[in-house]
Amino acid sequence: MSQTVARPARAQPAAHGARTATRARRRRPSPGRVLAFILATVWLVVVIAPIYYMVLASLRSQGTYLTANPWLPRGGLTLAEYGTVFGAGLGRYLLNSVILTAVCIVLTLSLCLGAAFRIVRRSTRAAGVTFRILLLGLAIPIQAIIVPLYLLVYKLHLYNTLFALMLVMSAAAVPVSVLIMVSFVRDIPRELIGAVLVDGGSEWTVFRRLIVPLSRPVLATLAIYDGLNVWNNFILPLVLTQSNNVAVLPLGLTKLEGLYSINVPAIMAAVLLSVLPLVILFVMLRKQVMRSLGSVAIR
Amino acid sequence: MAGLVPAMVLFGVFIAVPMLGALALSFFRWNGLGTPTWAGGANWVQFVHDPLARQALEVTAKVVVLSWIVQTPISIALGLFTAGRQRYRSVYAALFVLPLLLSTAGIALMWEALLDPEFGGITALGNSLHLGFLQQNWLGDPALTIYVLIALIAWQFIPFHTLLYQMGRRQIPAVLFEAALLDGASHAQLFWRVTLPQLRYTIVTSSTLIIVGSLTYFDIIYIMTNGGPGYTTRVVSLDMYQTAFQQNEFGYASVLAVVLGVVGVAVALGLVRYSGFGSMTSQQEGAA
Repeated sequence: MSQTVARPARAQPAAHGARTATRARRRRPSPGRVLAFILATVWLVVVIAPIYYMVLASLRSQGTYLTANPWLPRGGLTLAEYGTVFGAGLGRYLLNSVILTAVCIVLTLSLCLGAAFRIVRRSTRAAGVTFRILLLGLAIPIQAIIVPLYLLVYKLHLYNTLFALMLVMSAAAVPVSVLIMVSFVRDIPRELIGAVLVDGGSEWTVFRRLIVPLSRPVLATLAIYDGLNVWNNFILPLVLTQSNNVAVLPLGLTKLEGLYSINVPAIMAAVLLSVLPLVILFVMLRKQVMRSLGSVAIR
Repeated sequence: MAGLVPAMVLFGVFIAVPMLGALALSFFRWNGLGTPTWAGGANWVQFVHDPLARQALEVTAKVVVLSWIVQTPISIALGLFTAGRQRYRSVYAALFVLPLLLSTAGIALMWEALLDPEFGGITALGNSLHLGFLQQNWLGDPALTIYVLIALIAWQFIPFHTLLYQMGRRQIPAVLFEAALLDGASHAQLFWRVTLPQLRYTIVTSSTLIIVGSLTYFDIIYIMTNGGPGYTTRVVSLDMYQTAFQQNEFGYASVLAVVLGVVGVAVALGLVRYSGFGSMTSQQEGAA
């Protein structure tokens, strides 16, 4: 499969070069391109169909969900279940998720940019050792430390608080954030930093006036990457919180499922409402989001 | 000034200390209430002789291997496809990303509704189209369920890896393809001799993420099957969770945690070193 789909990509440089060639190809697409189109469309159906099903199911009443054909938009559609789940606490979960994600992004980015700046500016052994520890931290899966983490949070009297999630999730984002920021800050020309210092600026001035504004692209990238991880994380809220009033969306969804186990339209409505803020952000920032997700892993 | 200290304190307290804590706890017996009692290697001996842990390891290995086999070729194919400059392809690329926006919990609930053997969308589809094979007990058949879960995990993560390969493909200089074409290379040769070798760093990154990610995969399995039917989908991370938080055996659960952590780090470091990817890392270290 990979071979056939690869074909159009290979033909691409030639098409870039000669405009006439492109035109000819447009009139009569090569078999490879047709096959690529077909296979990609199959995948598109695999991606879209379940989401379409969910949207349609969320617009049913409990009764029509069981009787009507679930794939066809016929036979009574209603927004009623959206109201049901909002009344059942979804609003609270949404608010918790927004607060948690916002705090984690701010905390992670501000602490990590400072750390990255220090690592780049001071070639001391401490900075080198720190860097190695962070590399190791990058490889440690959070599942492997969840048990002692739970005990630690419990001992600190932070169990069942959003504050615990803020600290732990920010901590978990430190390795990847610092590493990416270091590779970015390192590329800021030394002459620029030197110029600020010559003008009588302190390291703090350099950081505030130079590093922070220049780092805006990498901050945006990491805000999206870290933010998405926090927003969607499931195991940490599962282990570190209990009550409904501190539940975040992913956990809240499973609580709603327990509440409405047979009311599928209500559950589907809840899932869709939970993803709505991200869809809005995604539509506004599509290019940036796709670039961010890719570039974080490629570094 | 905001320096190294705050970030490292946060990391140290909530990541590094628990790392050491897991190792220490694996030598104690503790139900979470009273005081932990020293157990020596008893937990580890128990682990070696535990048939359920063994089964969990086998299920986990299956998830890791099959996830890689399923996700890698599809992601490469879709990545190369979406790297093309045609306009409809960028529309496709945007739609392919959609599963990334759904939380794992959302994905699990959506597929639970679809896969319900009585009222689910798949069964309804099977009825309408007279396709009998679509009527399965998807999440209750011991021979089938683990493969359903692997497929759902692929559905969730292929979009991300597609993005990686899309970016990787776009970074290959066009000159390389032009030179190969001048030399009379066929399409197949272009793919095997130019595209694939040029994508090697992307392949290492993506494979590492797939392997380490599926090694510790938890969310969808916990929500959809909780390890069942029987123990057929009980992976190590789920075994650990249940041992700790349902059976309150924190010591033994820590053994499983350490195993997960060590295997995860070993796989990540091994792939990085074996593939020569380390040169990038040491470049970073040199600057530090």
